[in-house]
Amino acid sequence: MKTNRFWSWLVFLLGAAYFIVPLIATFEFSLRMRRGEYSFDAYASVFADPRFHATFGYSALIGLFTIVVGVLVIVPAVYFVRLRMPWLRPFVEFVTLLPLVIPALVLVYGYIRLYNSSSIIPFTGSALGTDILLTGAYVTLALPYMYRAVDTGMRTIDIGTLTEAAQIMGANQVQIIWQIILPNILVAILSGAFLTFAIVIGEFTIASLLNRPAFGPYLVGIGTNRAYEPAALAIISFIITWGAMGMINVLGRFAPRTSARTD
Amino acid sequence: MAAFLEVQNLTKSFGSNTVVKGVSFAFDKGEFISLLGPSGCGKTTILRMIAGFESVTAGTIQVEGQDITHLKPNQRQLGMVFQAYALFPNLNVGDNIGFGLKIAGMPAEQRRARVDEMLRLIGLPGYEKRYPYEMSGGQQQRVALARAIAPRPRMLLLDEPLSALDAKIRVSLREEIRAIQLDLGITTVFVTHDQEEALSISDRVVVMHAGNIEQLGAPHEIYNKPATRFVATFVGQLNSIEATILDPAARTVSIDGHIVTVPHLPADAAANVLTQLTLRPEVVAVGASEGNDVTLTGTIADVTFLGSVIRLRVSLGKNVISLDTFNDQRTVPPVRGEPVTISLASKNLLIL
Repeated sequence: MKTNRFWSWLVFLLGAAYFIVPLIATFEFSLRMRRGEYSFDAYASVFADPRFHATFGYSALIGLFTIVVGVLVIVPAVYFVRLRMPWLRPFVEFVTLLPLVIPALVLVYGYIRLYNSSSIIPFTGSALGTDILLTGAYVTLALPYMYRAVDTGMRTIDIGTLTEAAQIMGANQVQIIWQIILPNILVAILSGAFLTFAIVIGEFTIASLLNRPAFGPYLVGIGTNRAYEPAALAIISFIITWGAMGMINVLGRFAPRTSARTD
Repeated sequence: MAAFLEVQNLTKSFGSNTVVKGVSFAFDKGEFISLLGPSGCGKTTILRMIAGFESVTAGTIQVEGQDITHLKPNQRQLGMVFQAYALFPNLNVGDNIGFGLKIAGMPAEQRRARVDEMLRLIGLPGYEKRYPYEMSGGQQQRVALARAIAPRPRMLLLDEPLSALDAKIRVSLREEIRAIQLDLGITTVFVTHDQEEALSISDRVVVMHAGNIEQLGAPHEIYNKPATRFVATFVGQLNSIEATILDPAARTVSIDGHIVTVPHLPADAAANVLTQLTLRPEVVAVGASEGNDVTLTGTIADVTFLGSVIRLRVSLGKNVISLDTFNDQRTVPPVRGEPVTISLASKNLLIL
């Protein structure tokens, strides 16, 4: 029994070291900007860079729009598929997995071909149009995660009976989704939202090829011509991503409880 | 006077499977109606068609003379209580009860007053801030009842609302539901597979089987004068006794050698042919009893102690008859294997 536990711990520690050692090394390196002593100079340099604020702000805003559009598209879609067209579920699940197998590069070249300035819908003809296109691309990219988060949320409540209960009391479809379904899967939506945010903040390929001032291309740009700042930025983006993941965990505790007291 | 709820030739098919087959009935305002039947008999489908959750294949549904057959559920002004409570987990008790009122656009002040009134009605005053998960199943179902009746619906639909509750709460809640229904005078359609529930609280019962109505009547009519063999066996306990017809004209039959005159025999009855008689357990007595004109002797095959009642199974030969006798604490209960004499009134022997 004890031997089993030893090997389990050994595998766990090796796995943990594989992730943690490079992280510690990166963090340690990010503190060595000042000769002979540790300092946060690299972080100060990053935060003092106006491009950091501009690109991070831009990506955060695009991330916010991505979440809003994603929720508006995915929540009603999952709701109606579960409620009225359950036979369509395998197909929808397959479609939502496509962004995982189609490289972002293929996606963005497809977009550029379809929506270039000489096409019928010239999204790339203006900055706003390109931003809309970028948002659409991110909604697609985050689809597998958002869909699964929302789908799991809806599985935990009896949407069929809740819908009927609301309907018989006079509610229409919009009122049902807005007042009953959405609040009951809010935690699941927020989980999907944080995953989406984490994806958007670090995304490079699409933003770079659409030539938008996003955080991902900024990270790569800094990495090519600075020494210590990229390490500091890696730690910052790591903290942001893991902060978003941590929020999912925290929010899980506030999920509405559905079972009755048994006493 | 026109009926309050009128269902005509209601039919529902799922593909080639017809689950409700041209059902018709009419009920008056304020009646408590039960749709009773085994699983798959179509009772829930009828209720769901009345609510508007299932489309109607053929037939019409009218409430107060208005044809609601093709109206959406949210246009029918009906209230419904579900088996699984279906309280909104994100809303507290007050908001759950006030949901229909809010949708209808009732001002907050009036809404609060109505919620308070409903909470008093269901015996849960002061519970408005609680959430569903903080309450027991019985309390949740009372809240669901309050939520259904708060907007003053034209009719109340109850879809097996007691099935998920334990036995004791089930009895107390069904009495509470009936008391509230009588108090408000609201027409109520109650779906159940539990015959005791249906008989105890209904004005009229619709017994269903395989998509058809087997019998419609007051609880005592259903129990005492079952129209079909299905009704007789589904509602209450029933003895089935094999007998040989001796003389069709004299209506005499032989039950394990005992000659008995029965109230009626089928028109095509012939001598020396086997027939099945039916008999309720409670009309059979141990020993002689006033009004009983048939006496049979047999052996006690089994004794089941049920508290206030003792159920005996008496073997008469080929036939075994179940009968109920009160538990008299002054005497020793019957013992298996003992010889016993039982009596019954021949008028209670029926051929269905």
